[in-house]
Amino acid sequence: MSTAIEERGMPEGAGVLTAIPEIPCTEDCLLRPGNTNCGGCGMSIGLTMLGRALAEANETAMFAIPACCGAVTAGAFPTTSYGVPTVNTTFAAAPAVASGLAAVRDMNGESGQVVVWAGDGGTYDIGMATLSAAAERNENIIYICYDNEIYGNTGGQRSSATPPGARTTTTPEGKREDKKDIIGIMAAHGVPYAATLSMAHPADFRRKLMHAFQTEGMSFLLIHSPCPTGWKSEPGDSVELVRLAVRSGLFPLYEVFEGKRWRINTEPDGADPAEYYKRQRRFKLEDLDLDTTRRVCAERFERLKKMAEVFPA
Amino acid sequence: MPVEIVTGNHAAGYTLAVAGEANRNARGATCGIYPITPQTEIVEKVAAFPFTKGRVVPVESEHSAMGVAIGGSLGGARSFTASSSNGLAYMVENIMVAGFYRLPIVMVAVNRTLGPPWNIWADQGDTLMLRDFPWIQFYCSDNQEVTDLTMLAFRLAEDHRILLPVLVSMDAFILSHTLQETDLPTQEQADRYLPDLELPHRMRHDDPKTLGGLVWPDATTTLRMESHEAMLQVPAAYEQCRTTFKDVFGRDPGAALDTFHTDDADTVLVASGTVATTAREVVKRRRAAGEKVGLVKIRMFRPFPEQALRDACASAVKVGVLDRDYAAGVGGVWWQDTRAAFQGRRDDLLIQGYLVGIGGGDVTPETVDRVLDDLGGRDAAGGPVWTDMKPEEVVA
Repeated sequence: MSTAIEERGMPEGAGVLTAIPEIPCTEDCLLRPGNTNCGGCGMSIGLTMLGRALAEANETAMFAIPACCGAVTAGAFPTTSYGVPTVNTTFAAAPAVASGLAAVRDMNGESGQVVVWAGDGGTYDIGMATLSAAAERNENIIYICYDNEIYGNTGGQRSSATPPGARTTTTPEGKREDKKDIIGIMAAHGVPYAATLSMAHPADFRRKLMHAFQTEGMSFLLIHSPCPTGWKSEPGDSVELVRLAVRSGLFPLYEVFEGKRWRINTEPDGADPAEYYKRQRRFKLEDLDLDTTRRVCAERFERLKKMAEVFPA
Repeated sequence: MPVEIVTGNHAAGYTLAVAGEANRNARGATCGIYPITPQTEIVEKVAAFPFTKGRVVPVESEHSAMGVAIGGSLGGARSFTASSSNGLAYMVENIMVAGFYRLPIVMVAVNRTLGPPWNIWADQGDTLMLRDFPWIQFYCSDNQEVTDLTMLAFRLAEDHRILLPVLVSMDAFILSHTLQETDLPTQEQADRYLPDLELPHRMRHDDPKTLGGLVWPDATTTLRMESHEAMLQVPAAYEQCRTTFKDVFGRDPGAALDTFHTDDADTVLVASGTVATTAREVVKRRRAAGEKVGLVKIRMFRPFPEQALRDACASAVKVGVLDRDYAAGVGGVWWQDTRAAFQGRRDDLLIQGYLVGIGGGDVTPETVDRVLDDLGGRDAAGGPVWTDMKPEEVVA
């Protein structure tokens, strides 16, 4: 990032608060250079991919962002890393605020996506009721949860998206409970589109965003989002980790249409989940019950496969 | 529109709706709605209104009702909601956001006792809880005031010098569920009174900005000062809105406060809401008996009309403040603000607080008589007097 700044040079009259040079804002720089996100941050990669998809689709977007790393990404006033109109909402309110924005857009016959960009704490935990209500009303918004399985912004506490065995500052011995099945919950609301996305599968990732842009009503997209700081992994491993999660069946890639039709996008290739766990110091391999994990993954995938066979998209 | 006989809730719901409809040639109206006794009839009224360009979003909580209003307002639509009591408490986080985002949202609140204990009757403790947020606050004494101040609230809130949300409050049941003759606005009047809303900082694709991001202390201080400056401009802007209101509607929505026999009064009562109406009758009767008593009825609680209150009490030696609310360990909120208005300026003035009708108890002329009798016998102010308690029940 510093290289980009040096190359572009400092703007006239740059001070402490204007250290980030003015960058012409176009849709393809939804996330501008110079942000302070951690190296290897999955959320940053997700934002970049979203920005590219928007540009490719000739789409614009507005962001409603609850408290999360995405809110910090903007940086300090008067600069911002976001190239699209963005409002920071209270932790639980993003889907409600987005509902208001989408209502005004639609009643004025305007274009552009209204996107909620939220972490797992704001989605699985504190924002659950608001999200559920927006889904039940089938609001014309795209809800994207970048799931780093932790309250990252506050230094790594457990959320209901934290996987079993993961040590966080509030589960020092490892979390005992499983993650919520958030796609199952959203599918049960019958939203037009719910899907899981992995940045290790960029074509699939892009296609799902494009589908969400075209969808009338609510889309819910779940991105498996590595957090080297919280996962205690190497920044350079981020994409490889989420690839392993797909390969081993820990994070299956699939879509659910209207809560009625299922499609699996990538079959696990039998990779051992141990590989995934080994490369993150939030897990202690000797404490994990890998046999159970393998069985749970296999069962979950069998169930998905059944759904996709009986109710294909 | 001919005068109709309606409840305070009906008056509020109808007025919110026609005000929203008046923005149909601009960016329309949005409203988040959620029921709570005793305001439910307001949101029912709004939900039934045939908006030309408007969306009423039935949400899952008060928190989201204000969330929708925030989003709608940021999109440039005229936005409003209604709530009460614990609903306001649940909404607090977003109420604060609406204020600090400088969004001209209007909310009607029906004053209901905060629970526990479970109590649905009138008590102003719910909206007074919001006193430190950048919201303008009005308190109404009858359904005409509910109508007029709700209408005026939009014009005031949307004034570019102000850009602050407005709260219009009425007593539970005493107004919300009581039928009164009320001159309701016609759509044509609302259209004339309310210019199209143009929110300078609305979110737009051709000028992307990030709202509510990280701000350092110095810029935060600037933003707080700007809210304060806007608050300071409210009294003058209110008077302009009031003048225009008279032109369009042919009646006076009233000043920030009303005075009644205060000119030569040695004893002045300070009251708000429906309690003020009862106090007025007692003052009238005592005046007829030759007592030099007066009344100040405060309509605008935020910003607090300090100077007007000092002027109204210029001849007074004793002031009694009637509070239908309770601030723990202190007493009445109106009493606190009244004392602050005179602090260091009239140290000779005896200012005594009276807690009346707490939890919706009846405030009768006898209640006000007890207050005046107590005040008359005092030579010094003391702690808050629990007026509704029998003397033997009071723990000294």
